[in-house]
Amino acid sequence: MSSSAILRHQEDAVTTSVVAEAEPAPALDPTPKRAVGQLAAQWYRLNKESLRGVAIGAISLFLFLVVWHLLTTYRVVFFVRFTNVPAPLEVYASFTKAIHDPKFLMHLLLSCRRILIGFSLAAVVGVPLGLVMGRFKLIHEIVFPVAEVLRPIPAIAWVPMAIMLWPTNEQSIVFITFLGSFFPILVNTLHGMSLVDPVLVRAAQCLGARESSIFREVYFPASLPHIFTGLTVGMGVAWVSLIAAEMISGQYGIGYFTWEAYSLVQYADIALGMIAIGVLGLGSSLLIRGGGQLAMPWRSK
Amino acid sequence: MSQIERQVDIRPPQGHIEVEDFALSYETIEGSVEAVSNTHIHVKPGEFVSIVGPSGCGKSTLLNAVAGFLKPTSGTVTVDGEPVNGPSAERGMVFQQYSLFPWKTVRENVEFGLKMRGMPRAQRERAARTLLGLAGLEAFEKHYPERLSGGMKQRVGIVRALATGPKVLLLDEPFGALDAQTRVIMQQILTNLWQRMKISVLFVTHDIDEAIFLSDRVYCMSARPGSIKAEIPIPLERPRQQSMMMSSEFLALKRGLMSLIREESLKAMGGEISDLGMQGLNIDLHGHSLAEIL
Ligand SMILES: Nc1ncnc2c1ncn2[C@@H]1O[C@H](COP(=O)(O)OP(=O)(O)OP(=O)(O)O)[C@@H](O)[C@H]1O
Ligand SMILES: [Mg+2]
Repeated sequence: MSSSAILRHQEDAVTTSVVAEAEPAPALDPTPKRAVGQLAAQWYRLNKESLRGVAIGAISLFLFLVVWHLLTTYRVVFFVRFTNVPAPLEVYASFTKAIHDPKFLMHLLLSCRRILIGFSLAAVVGVPLGLVMGRFKLIHEIVFPVAEVLRPIPAIAWVPMAIMLWPTNEQSIVFITFLGSFFPILVNTLHGMSLVDPVLVRAAQCLGARESSIFREVYFPASLPHIFTGLTVGMGVAWVSLIAAEMISGQYGIGYFTWEAYSLVQYADIALGMIAIGVLGLGSSLLIRGGGQLAMPWRSK
Repeated sequence: MSQIERQVDIRPPQGHIEVEDFALSYETIEGSVEAVSNTHIHVKPGEFVSIVGPSGCGKSTLLNAVAGFLKPTSGTVTVDGEPVNGPSAERGMVFQQYSLFPWKTVRENVEFGLKMRGMPRAQRERAARTLLGLAGLEAFEKHYPERLSGGMKQRVGIVRALATGPKVLLLDEPFGALDAQTRVIMQQILTNLWQRMKISVLFVTHDIDEAIFLSDRVYCMSARPGSIKAEIPIPLERPRQQSMMMSSEFLALKRGLMSLIREESLKAMGGEISDLGMQGLNIDLHGHSLAEIL
């Protein structure tokens, strides 16, 4: 019995020492006011690096605007010509006008809808296909050669074919958006599947997991980081493909808006369209990153 | 004490591992490589048995065959008379590499086997908490494995393997990556769990102290192709304490085992050895003559 007492003692020692390590200074301070101050100080200490990053980022963006302003107000010509390029303030003026213009908002909404449908379809088809291809050799052997032949074709090269394939313009644009994001999603999912640690599969097997459970509980979560890489890349390519398709074959959409502004000699609107595309692209990749953090809580610090 | 408890237990004793005429070869480009040959081992219900031997002698191969991950080239592996046919929850395993699911919290890892068995959530949560408490891990149930130390990870691994109530527990150098102090604590936690669960344990290690301290019996494997060279009962009384590792009885067992292993390691490198200190040892020679060993 004495050994089990020793053992219990040692277990406690282990636990308490690690707890003490994990939570330094718990409730050392009885006054709540100072605790709040301490909390703020601790938050500052933990986030110092990222705060620094935000500050430098803001300064650099501001400098970018200043340089843009100077280049356009003095109409610099030095290899590239800034004579017709709109100044930041002109773009801002056309922005304030555009946000009250239902037509501009409709362009934005249409592009977002095309991305949403095309990208979602690509994710809904690409992720399961990648998972299944990674698990079952026969499916891999059947699908992989076709995918490898089609993959190098840029989505834009599909424009004429898409117009022939689909009855409406809208459908062909969505199709091109789908194609653009489909392959990065598929390839990354497949890559994630190939990197699943076999020891984890073995561990699941000797805990009584059957094939379907192993797929759901091991292969899928183990591949999630790469799936999200694929979704991020896929989202970027989806926007590239969408804008190209809208410029070539579109009616409506932010790509079409930008191209039309050029034809109508509304130079400020060109920059406005470009910035809108950039902001939408950034926003959608942030959404995916947020989704990734929600789906993979074990990876966030 | 545990012996008496086991005798009054009404359940038929479970977890009798028997490996007979076992041989296993790996197929490689250069041809087939015999990793283990002509091996017999057995683990009685509730017994703690270790396998020691030089690196590459086929300890993991043997253990993986008992787990059901590898099929023997010849011979049989049975547990309670049933031939082993692939991995199952009846045979829990702890791996040398950390093998917790990184996407599950400590408690979810421990619950995994019960979930696979279809146990309702509330019930398996309670079971997991109890088990984690036994291993001193209740404070960490919500942590993800990434934030645990190596020793804690292996403790969770052991608890996870025990959660489904397997008949036997297989451990492949589970403490190999841990420092000396942590190892000692882990050994005592493992002993404690083993005595409470009354489970058969087959434990692979290259640490002789560990094998003697933990086991009822130790098998010593010869260099490649591996086979059982000797079987050494460990008559040390239980409960065992750290201080026993200094006793003359312990040291005599250790000296004997060390010389056996040293000889095998040298043989693996093509060397010779003459001095052996095996006085007072009870060694089952398994068909090898004494001259062969000495
Ligand atoms: N997949 C494999 N293919 C070919 N040979 C293998 C394979 N796995 C192991 N071997 C060989 O079989 C022999 C036994 O390997 P095993 O891993 O069982 O040794 P071990 O006793 O566990 O060694 P260690 O103590 O280093 O872990 C080794 O010589 C090894 O080279
Ligand atoms: Mg090994």
